[in-house]
Amino acid sequence: MATQHSRSAARIMMAPAVILLLGWMLVPLLMTLWFSFKKYLPLRGGDLGWVGFDNYVRFISSSSFWPSVQATLIIVGGVLAITIIFGVLLAILLNQPMWGQGVVRILVIAPFFVMPTVSALVWKNMFMDPVNGLFAHLWKFFGAEPISWLSEASLQSIILIVSWQWLPFATLILLTAIQSLDSEQLEAAEMDGASPLSRFGHITLPHLSRAITVVLLIQTIFLLSIFAEIFVTTQGAFGTKTLTYLIYQRVLESQNVGLGSAGGVYAIILANIVAIFLMRIVGKNLDA
Amino acid sequence: MSLKNAFRAATALSVLATSAAYAETITIATVNNGDMIRMQGLTDDFTEKTGHEVEWVTLEENVLRQRVTTDISARGGQFDIMTIGMYEAPIWAKNNWLVPLDDLPAEYDVDDLLPAMRGGLSLDGTLYAAPFYGESSMIMYRTDLMEEAGLEMPDAPTWEFVADAARKMTDKDNEIYGICLRGKAGWGENMAFLTATANSFGARWFDENWTPQFDSEAWSNTLNFYIDLMNEAGPPGASNNGFNENLSLFQQGKCGMWIDATVAASFVTNPDDSTVADKVGFALAPDTGLGKRSNWLWAWALAIPAGTQKEDVAKEFINWATSKEYIELVASKEGWANVPPGARTSLYENANYKDIPFAQMTLDSILSADPNNPAVDPVPYVGVQFAAIPEFAGIATQVGQEFSAALAGQQSAEEALEKAQALTVDEMEAAGY
Amino acid sequence: MARAVTPQRKALNTAIAWGIGLLIFFPILWTILTSFKTEAQAISDPPVFLFFDWTLENYSVVQERSDYMRFLWNSVIIAGGSTILGIIIAIPAAWSMAFVPSKRTKDILLWMLSTKMLPAVGVLYPIYLIFIRMGILDTRLGLVVVLMLINLPIIVWMLYTYFREIPGEILEAARMDGASLKEEILYVLTPMAMPGIASTLLLNIILAWNEAFWTLNLTAAKAAPLTAFIASYSSPEGLFYAKLSAASTMAIAPILILGWFSQKQLVSGLTFGAVK
Repeated sequence: MATQHSRSAARIMMAPAVILLLGWMLVPLLMTLWFSFKKYLPLRGGDLGWVGFDNYVRFISSSSFWPSVQATLIIVGGVLAITIIFGVLLAILLNQPMWGQGVVRILVIAPFFVMPTVSALVWKNMFMDPVNGLFAHLWKFFGAEPISWLSEASLQSIILIVSWQWLPFATLILLTAIQSLDSEQLEAAEMDGASPLSRFGHITLPHLSRAITVVLLIQTIFLLSIFAEIFVTTQGAFGTKTLTYLIYQRVLESQNVGLGSAGGVYAIILANIVAIFLMRIVGKNLDA
Repeated sequence: MSLKNAFRAATALSVLATSAAYAETITIATVNNGDMIRMQGLTDDFTEKTGHEVEWVTLEENVLRQRVTTDISARGGQFDIMTIGMYEAPIWAKNNWLVPLDDLPAEYDVDDLLPAMRGGLSLDGTLYAAPFYGESSMIMYRTDLMEEAGLEMPDAPTWEFVADAARKMTDKDNEIYGICLRGKAGWGENMAFLTATANSFGARWFDENWTPQFDSEAWSNTLNFYIDLMNEAGPPGASNNGFNENLSLFQQGKCGMWIDATVAASFVTNPDDSTVADKVGFALAPDTGLGKRSNWLWAWALAIPAGTQKEDVAKEFINWATSKEYIELVASKEGWANVPPGARTSLYENANYKDIPFAQMTLDSILSADPNNPAVDPVPYVGVQFAAIPEFAGIATQVGQEFSAALAGQQSAEEALEKAQALTVDEMEAAGY
Repeated sequence: MARAVTPQRKALNTAIAWGIGLLIFFPILWTILTSFKTEAQAISDPPVFLFFDWTLENYSVVQERSDYMRFLWNSVIIAGGSTILGIIIAIPAAWSMAFVPSKRTKDILLWMLSTKMLPAVGVLYPIYLIFIRMGILDTRLGLVVVLMLINLPIIVWMLYTYFREIPGEILEAARMDGASLKEEILYVLTPMAMPGIASTLLLNIILAWNEAFWTLNLTAAKAAPLTAFIASYSSPEGLFYAKLSAASTMAIAPILILGWFSQKQLVSGLTFGAVK
């Protein structure tokens, strides 16, 4: 059906989307590149001339740079691990026969509808507050000293908040995948005396690999740029300064657009490294 | 329709008719503090008087700052009036980003503005932002707990006394913490408090050659004193507490003392919100006998970004919102305790206001802060709890994060100071000092 | 599942699943409950769960201070508009990827997804300047365009996976009958792909609704959606848990309700069509 005619038609029909996205990518990218080679300080008169690679050197040699890359990777990695592990477990659970499955599913999806700002505010104030938060009450109830979550366990707290938001997503994809699993295969394995664990490892998990890949890809894209959760909770203190947040600090708090833009370029490079890495896996897995 | 309503409708119509020719809508960006929300609620009075409408953009402080700074530096023209502070006003004015407020009408009585506020919002003698309310910081303490501890708060205590009292008032089993201080990182949060405190300990941000001073003994004393005190007598999780968090703690009766903005006085004495409203005393922020107290000076002010099409209407609004009449309007509707404080001399001469328990202490605190000579040693900058240079906010927020981490016990005070020194040197070099 | 399950086993499953479901839902439930308390009750120690004096006061305070309907309306237009516009642009692209695939199809798809990784904060200043130049700051149009561009890759990808499931022969048959390309897409493909399109629509409305960086930074008074509404209730002076809860409930309620009513489409939408 791929005639010459339909090929050119296809190109034309693809054009609007491709051109728009190309523009959306290139225009800011080029402007960011342009700014990144400038000393650009809005509060000191704006454009103060070209400075070569100064901003790049300064951004990467700042003591906050490597910790921020590390924080980014820990948060992304932590959330991915939690959502995938608990997502698989939840999906298996939800696939069991039970009463009121539909309602439970609604309860489990709900966090996905909550704005990141709102969920960060609610978690920070009503749960993690060391005096008035519910966790503090719970801890006191059991006679323990309340934890001040956002300073003593800052990264874990942020991972918890973000995981809560993304767990529904992972669970649902994995649940859909599990539902398509051939139950006869499982039963046959059970007859053969395979333990539940080996059934899971040899049949369920391989079946889920494609779904896990999708979760990995989509979540990474969203997680690399999380901002609201940090802005609302710790403002980058206590080792939660991610690369995105560091750029925010440079551009908006220090009002150094040049330096921040150089950071933006690094962030794009990091994102692309992750993307290439992901696409290697996804490419194999996605189109099978 | 009752006669009264009909009459009202008729006046409304006539107002519309007379002002329709030039009725405009201005957009104002403001912070979600109590006094501003009150102002928002009273907008109708402005509309009634002038025929102009107001669109409010009310945002939380950090979001507001990010929003207005982006807009003004990129010349976005989104707002006709911006709510800014004493830190931004001179810097923005220097960039010619603000409309000078040098032609306010005679009845505005610009000379009535408290000199400290007027000075801090001016550049080279020209006013660029009109103070909506002003504040310093002071001690708010629980008179009952102080009595239980067998102590009496002097009007002008030393840090030694405060620390001692805090330890005696603390009763962690009953969730009473002797002292609540800011710990949340941010140049306007913990650094406002710590910079002002450092002043009283003889420390300063920069010497006359703009060399950062975090390696000085005075800073080390300040930070160690603060961390020790908070560990022994502060609430749990203090490293996440800013103004609001401490305000709730105090209102719930969990703090013995709280050193913070003078505007908090009206919240902690308001029986609707505060469980300790009738047991609050006030005192000047403490010192160490070196000649500087640890109180700051701040004003939230209204400024007009240069280039707005509606400059005249914006000026009319500022004239309304920061006038003596506005203060009376609030007083008539919400009582004198709730008028915006700290902006005008006449307010403190008003007999009605003198009865307010915290009025005099607020004024004394404001008068004792000197932005031109903030520290014991000479400094090259202006500002008590900040240095009015563009780089300060960025630097101080990062320094604040180091100090906050030290308070949380994640590093020692010395480590925090070392990092603060290194990053400040680095940023100042980048800025070309 | 074909296997017979003992009632005990089923009861156990039910108990565990409900327990976990309620645990996950609890923060939302707690927010909703708190929104009906007074500020003092909201922080009472020990916390009160159900037995308090239910009050609507917080909602009236919030409504009095900010015109909720205006923010809501902006959210609806921006989230809905950007998604619909995105789908209109994405359908032809997804069609050509699904039915006239070339060697580069997969590369183009993955490239599109990678544009989502641009850190928004890094390009705020450039975008702001462009918006000023084009005069679309604080307009719904501006936000519709930006959010459409942000979600376009996801929309294209989702539609592509749905379209691929439609057998090409049907389209070919339509073409044999003399249908033009436009007719083929409009009358044959789109109706068949309707469930997929609905899922795509729903999911992207949610994503656009919850987007909080651009919607906050590119608006002032006129086009501000619910994300800006929330920004005026986070950490004001004084006790604020109850008011914050009321504002939060108001901000998430519309999308929560939409989500629950359209659960079925959404569930398949959440899988991005990539899992069958």
